[in-house]
Amino acid sequence: MRYLPKSTAERRDMLAAIGARSIESLFASIPEKFRLKEPLRLPAAMSEQEIIDYFRARAAENSGGYTSFLGAGVYNHLRSVVTDSLIQRGEFLTSYTPYQAEISQGTLQAIFEFQTLMCELTGMEVANASMWDGSTATTEAVLMAERLTGRHRVVVARSLHPEYRQVLDTYTRNLGVHIHEIGFTSSGQADIARLEAAIDKETAAVVVQSPNFFGVLEQIPHLAELAHAKGALLVVAITEGVSLGAVRPPAEADIVAMETQSFGLAPSYGGPYAGVIATRDKFVRQMPGRLAGETVDSNGRRGYVLTLATREQHIRREKATSNICTNQALCALAVTIHLCLLGKEGLKELAAQNLAKARFALDLLESIPGVRRAFSGPFFNEFAVQFPRSVKLVNRDLLREKIIGPLPLGSSYADLTKRALFCVTETTSRAEIERMAAAVREILSKPV
Amino acid sequence: MTDRIKKAGRHVSQNEGLIFEQSAPGKRGVEFPPLDVPAIDARTALGTAYARESVAGFPEVSEIEVMRHFTRLSTWNYAIDLGMYPLGSCTMKYNPRVNEFVARLEGIATEHPYQPQELSQGCLKILKLLLDCLAEITGMDTGTLEPAAGAQGELTGLLLIRAYLEDTQGGPRKKVLIPDSAHGTNPATAVIAGYEVENVPSDEHGQIDIARLKEIVTGDVAAMMVTNPSTLGVFEQNIAEAAEVLHAHGALLYMDGANMNALAGVARPGDFGVDVMHLNLHKTFSTPHGGGGPGAGPVMVKKILEPYLPVPVLDEKDGHLALDHHKRKSIGRVRAFGGNFGVLVRALAYTLAYGPGIRQATEDAVLNANYIRKKLEDVYDMPFNSPSMHEVVFSDARQKKNGVSTMDIAKRLIDYGFHPYTTAFPLIVPGAMMIEPTESESRQECDLFVEAMRAIAEEAATTPDLVKTAPHNTRVSRLDEVAAARKPVLRWKPKAHSS
Ligand SMILES: Cc1ncc(COP(=O)(O)O)c(C=O)c1O
Repeated sequence: MRYLPKSTAERRDMLAAIGARSIESLFASIPEKFRLKEPLRLPAAMSEQEIIDYFRARAAENSGGYTSFLGAGVYNHLRSVVTDSLIQRGEFLTSYTPYQAEISQGTLQAIFEFQTLMCELTGMEVANASMWDGSTATTEAVLMAERLTGRHRVVVARSLHPEYRQVLDTYTRNLGVHIHEIGFTSSGQADIARLEAAIDKETAAVVVQSPNFFGVLEQIPHLAELAHAKGALLVVAITEGVSLGAVRPPAEADIVAMETQSFGLAPSYGGPYAGVIATRDKFVRQMPGRLAGETVDSNGRRGYVLTLATREQHIRREKATSNICTNQALCALAVTIHLCLLGKEGLKELAAQNLAKARFALDLLESIPGVRRAFSGPFFNEFAVQFPRSVKLVNRDLLREKIIGPLPLGSSYADLTKRALFCVTETTSRAEIERMAAAVREILSKPV
Repeated sequence: MTDRIKKAGRHVSQNEGLIFEQSAPGKRGVEFPPLDVPAIDARTALGTAYARESVAGFPEVSEIEVMRHFTRLSTWNYAIDLGMYPLGSCTMKYNPRVNEFVARLEGIATEHPYQPQELSQGCLKILKLLLDCLAEITGMDTGTLEPAAGAQGELTGLLLIRAYLEDTQGGPRKKVLIPDSAHGTNPATAVIAGYEVENVPSDEHGQIDIARLKEIVTGDVAAMMVTNPSTLGVFEQNIAEAAEVLHAHGALLYMDGANMNALAGVARPGDFGVDVMHLNLHKTFSTPHGGGGPGAGPVMVKKILEPYLPVPVLDEKDGHLALDHHKRKSIGRVRAFGGNFGVLVRALAYTLAYGPGIRQATEDAVLNANYIRKKLEDVYDMPFNSPSMHEVVFSDARQKKNGVSTMDIAKRLIDYGFHPYTTAFPLIVPGAMMIEPTESESRQECDLFVEAMRAIAEEAATTPDLVKTAPHNTRVSRLDEVAAARKPVLRWKPKAHSS
C-alpha cells in the first residue's frame, strides 16, 4: 500500500526486535471474541487515479452548469489561487495545534494576524481563532454572555438565521437558558418595540444578525442602548463578512460572532468554514477558543504563544469555557491570507461591487409585474422579494433554464410564503442577472 | 553534542515581521473584473448611519509580499511532511494529497448547501458511502456526519443519550462517569450537555475498575464515557463487562473513538457493547490538522439512538438520496449547513485508498508503537506496563531525579529534528510522555527517533542543563508564556496608537 513505508522484511525484523511471534500477538490484549476474523466489507482499495475518477463522477452529478442566486449564510465570492496554494504548503497543512511554540511560530504569528484583522473588521478589541462556524460561534457567544451576566434569559431576533437559532436551541435546551424570540417589522428589521418590552433584569443577551437573514441591516447602536439599559449584552451575528467593507461595524455590540466563509472559503456543500468570536478586552477571560499572544523568548526576541489557556478544556476540564479543541485553523489561515490580499482597497471595492450588483438585480426584478420588494430596510447583497405565486413553482421553472433560484423564505417562516431571498455577489455577471430576471418575467407572465 | 543529531541540521530561515508592518497606502494584492453594472455609493445605498468608509487597520500589500510573507512563516513550522510527529492521541499520520485534490474539484468545492437535492446527488452519495464505510469499520448501525470535531461529536453523543433517556425512561438522569485518564474535552462536554461529571479512578493497571464501577452505577448515571484504547494506549479489557454493568442499570456506554487508529479492521466497538461513539476523521482518517483544524467528528450509534440523530438525516427515497430536516424526535441541529463536508470528502478518499486493507495501517501503527516501546523501555519509566497498542506512555520519573521534566525532554527532541510527543495528559501519569508514531513512519524514522530519545536520556543524566534549556537550534528559544498571559497582547496595533 502506497501510504505505508515498510517492506515485508522490515515488518518481520521489527516484530523480531519486539520479540513478538506474529503481528496478531500484538493484538492479544483484545479479547479473542472481539477480534475480527474476516476482512471488513469495504469497497476494494483504489489507486490515486481511481479515487479521482470516483469523485469526478460524483462531481458530475451535482450542480455544474447552473447559475445560482443562493446565499443565506453561504456565499459565492471570488477566491484566490495564492490563498489556496499557500494553505497547501505542508508546513501549514500538516502541522498540529501550535502547542510547541518554538516550532510553530509560523502558525502562531498567522493566528495573531488573524486576530488583528478580525478586530479591525468588527470594531471589537479582541478576537479568538477560531470557532467551528458562525452558528456555533453565535451559540458560544450566548453561553459566554450567560457566564458574564449570571443571567439565563436570551432575547433572540427571528431574523437571526433559522439554522443558527436551531443550533442555539439544541445547545441551550438542557442548560436552563430561556429563549424569547422577537419578530420583525415591515422594514425587515427586528421589532424594536417588542424587543424593548422583552428585555428585563434577567436578560443575559439580545441576539441579532446584521445583515440579518433577510439581508437587512439592523440598527445596532439603538439595540445596544436597549440591551445595556437593562444590563444585558448585545450579541451580533454576522454571516456575510464582506458586508463589513461597506457597512459600519457593530462597534456598540459586546460580542460579535462571525462566519468568515465569505473571505476566500469555498461553499463546499456546508463546510469547512471558520467562525470567530470578537469582544471587548474586559470579557476576554470568559471567551472560548484559542488565542495567540505576543511575548519574548529568553533572548528577548519577539515571538508568539497560545495564551490564556486556563479558559480551555485541556487545562480546566469540566470548568472550561467551552469544550472546543480542534477548531478551524486552516480555514482561519485562508481567511487571513485572503484578507491580506484584499487589503483596505480591495475589500472596499469588493463590497461596493456587491452593493451595486444586488441593487441592479432588485431593480430588474421590481420592474416585473407582480414582483415587489418584501422589506424596506437597508440591505447589502441579499434582499427578499414577494412573488405573486409560490417560490417553489417559480424555482422549478427557473431550474429548466439552468438557474438555481432564490431561497423560499416560507420554508423557515410560515408568515413569509411567496417571499424569496436573493443573493447577488461580484461573481454574478450582469448577463446572468439579466437572464434570470427575463426568465422570472417569462415564468410569471404565464398562468400557473 | 550536535554530531549526535542525525535527522536535522540548521539552515537559514528568513526573518519576517507582521504583515501590517509592510503596509503602504495604495498597494493591493487582488484586482477584480471591472464592475459591469452601474456603480453605487455606499452612503447613498445604505444611508450615512449604516455606511463605512473603509477598514482602517487593514494592510495594503502586493501579491508577491503576501506570497513571501506566508511562505516565510510556513518555514518556521514543523510538519508531518518534514518527519515523525509523535503527538500521542493526535494521530499525526500522512495526509494524502489526492484527498486535497478531490476536495477542491469543481462540482465538489463549489456546491451550495441549499441547492436543490436533485442537483446534489453526487454530494449525497459521498455522504452515504462514507457513513456506510464508518458503520462497517465501527460495527455500529448508523450515525451522523454533522459534528465539526471530536468534541462536538462527544456533545452530540451525550445529547443523543439524553434524548433517549428522556424518551424511554422519563428523564435524562444526572451524571456522566468519566475515567481520570480521559481527555479534557470529555468532562468539558458533559457539562455542556447538562450533566454532572463523576471522575472514576482507574485500577492499578490504568484500566476500568469493574468492582468499583458496580458500586457507583446507580439510577442517576446516564452514561460512562470511555476512551478505548485508553489514553495509555491500552485496550480496555473490561469494556464489555462495563457495558453490561451500565446496561443493567439503564445507562449507556459512550466511546471516545479518538484512538480508533488502533482498531480499524481489527476490532469493532459495536461488537463490544458500545452504544454510541465519535470518530475523529482528522486523526484516524488522515484529514489534515491544518495547524489545529478543521476536523470532523462523526457520531456512530446503535439502532436505539437512531430516532434522535441530529437533522438533517440522509434518507433514500425512490432511488434518490434526500436530506430530511424534520425528524420528530431529533435532538435538532448541532451545526448549520450539515457539517464539514470538505473534510468528509477527504476521509472518504482515504478510506477508498485502503479498502479492507485498512487493517494493514492499524497493524503498522501498533507495530511502530511496540517497536519504540521495546527500544526505550530500559531508559524511560513505564508507570503502566500493560501491552501497548498504537501508542506508548512513558513518564519522566527517572529523569526527574536530575531535574529534567517531560517538557524539557520534549523541547530537546526539537533539536533532534522531531516534534515532541504529548506532555499534557493522561493526568494519571505525572510527567507523561505519550508517544504515537502512527503507521506513517518507516523503520528508519523510528530508529532515528529511538536514537534521539536514548541520546536525550543520556544527556539528562550527564548534562541535564543542556536538556533543561532546550531547544537550542530553533529560531526562537523558550518563550515567556507567563508574561504572555499576565499582560496579554492579542492583536497588533499601529505604533501611534499603542501606549
Ligand atoms: C482522546 C481524545 N478525545 C477527544 C479529543 C477531542 O477531539 P477534537 O480535538 O477533534 O475535538 C481528542 C483530541 O484532541 C483526544 O485525543
